[in-house]
This record gives sequence, C-alpha cells and structure tokens, in this order.
Amino acid sequence: MLVRRVWPSRPTFEGSLSDFDQIRREMLRLLDTATGDGTPEPGAGVFPPLNISQDDDNFYLRAEVPGIKPAELSISALRNRVSISGRREIPREHERVSYHRKERPEGAFNRAVTLPVEVDPERVDARYADGILTLTLPKAEQAKPRQIAVRT
Amino acid sequence: MATEAATDIQKAETSNVATVPEQTRTGPVYSPAVDIFENDGSITLLADMPGVRPSDLEIDLRENLLTLTGRVTPTGTSNESNVLREYRPGTFFRQFTLSEAIDQPKIDAQLIDGVLRLELPKVAKARPRQITVRSG
Repeated sequence: MLVRRVWPSRPTFEGSLSDFDQIRREMLRLLDTATGDGTPEPGAGVFPPLNISQDDDNFYLRAEVPGIKPAELSISALRNRVSISGRREIPREHERVSYHRKERPEGAFNRAVTLPVEVDPERVDARYADGILTLTLPKAEQAKPRQIAVRT
Repeated sequence: MATEAATDIQKAETSNVATVPEQTRTGPVYSPAVDIFENDGSITLLADMPGVRPSDLEIDLRENLLTLTGRVTPTGTSNESNVLREYRPGTFFRQFTLSEAIDQPKIDAQLIDGVLRLELPKVAKARPRQITVRSG
C-alpha cells in the first residue's frame, strides 16, 4: 500500500528504494534546488504524479501511470472530488531468469483530489494513451465564470 | 552466476561526464526506472517512459553503448492554466554498456502503454551448453 511521504520527492512506492538511497536523492535534490539547476517538484510524493490544469469550461487531470491497463483503473468523481485508484502489477517472468535490476515500482495506489469548484460527473471523459491518463472534467454550469457586461 | 551476469549489462557510469553528451534541447531530463533480467537466451530490459510515443523513442546502439532517448510532447492547449503540478514533461535518457555477447541485429523493441520492452538476444556462442556425459 502506498503512503504519503514527508519529503516531497519523486513519487515512489513504499519500499522501492532503500532509506539511505532516498536520503541521498533528497540531499542531491535539495542541493540542485539551492543552486538553481534543479526542478523542484511540489508533489505529494505518492504515485501517480498528477498535473491538473483548467480553462473556462473544464479541468484537465493528467496522471503518469505507465504500464497499467485502462481496465485496471478505477476512477470516480463526485461534486468536486475525483479519485483514481488501481493496482500496478508487473507480470512475473515464467522462465528461469536472473534479475540485474528491479527499479520499476508495483503495488496498489489510491489518490483523491479536491478541485476548487464542482464538476459535472456525468460528462467526465477519461482517455489513456502512452501511459498517461487524461481526465477532462467539465465544470458544473453554476461554477463557470460569467462575463458581465458593464452598461453605460 | 551473479557476478558473471553483472558484466553483461551495466549502467554507464554517470560520473564519466565526457561520454554523456549534453542535450541540445532545454528542459528536464529523467532517468527512467528499468528492470533488467536475463535468461539463457536473452537479456530483457523494461523501462517506464510515460508519455513517450513510439515515434518519439530513439534506441541507439553503437560500439556496445545502448542509448535510450524518449521525448515527451507536452499535451494540452495554451489557454490552460495550471492548478496543480507534480511532474514536468521532459526527456527520458539512459545509457547502458552491453557486452559483446548481444546479437545486435536481432534486438527487438516494443513500446506499449508507456513501457518499453527491449529484447537483447545473446549470440549463440555465449549461451550455456548442456554437455551430456556418456556412460560406458
């Protein structure tokens, strides 16, 4: 199961890195940030990383979920809350194999976000391509911005 | 077995700056998470590259240096404003040194749902051979 980490680093599954490695990466990230060449990621430190943007009509939620079949994702929306959960399984190799590296994380995940305004759950559109899940969440009619004309 | 396997495929030393070319495009460069395993016939590499289309992935192999470069095309229109940003689209880049035991023309690559699967078959002479002992 995934847990929220205290440090905002690259999202990882629990146990996928040793604690020392995690500390080392975090120190390097802080040094990079201080010298200005780093890219601080204000993520919650959980899988999957999300980007959310908006325009006048919709919110767009994008999540990096490589190697997960769309059928294995569970997405729900209610009022202004959206949640994504699922399980990333890495199939076992049946043949006799010896591993050199095993870095790709696996496990269950569950993320819920609260949007600034309500969305219309009936019209939410979900697409999956190249490991990126894109949700288009139309804003509820009463939450859309209105242009107000000034009378002279 | 383990030490012998470790010499077949290794991550190129990042400290050796001279051999790691700098990207000409600006933007973040990520090292993709990989799984590498081998059996008697081949070495398989799996890499997570979310957002990379098959046409934007370059796999280059020259002089035993395997280079993976995957470019992510940012999605979305310009009139979107960010609400929450936890990842930045960037370039996935990683290099490995392969041993000579790879049958280079038979390398096979597939990119499905943001995961690259690269099959690196070993040349026939590098495969272990069972030797049956005859009796009598």
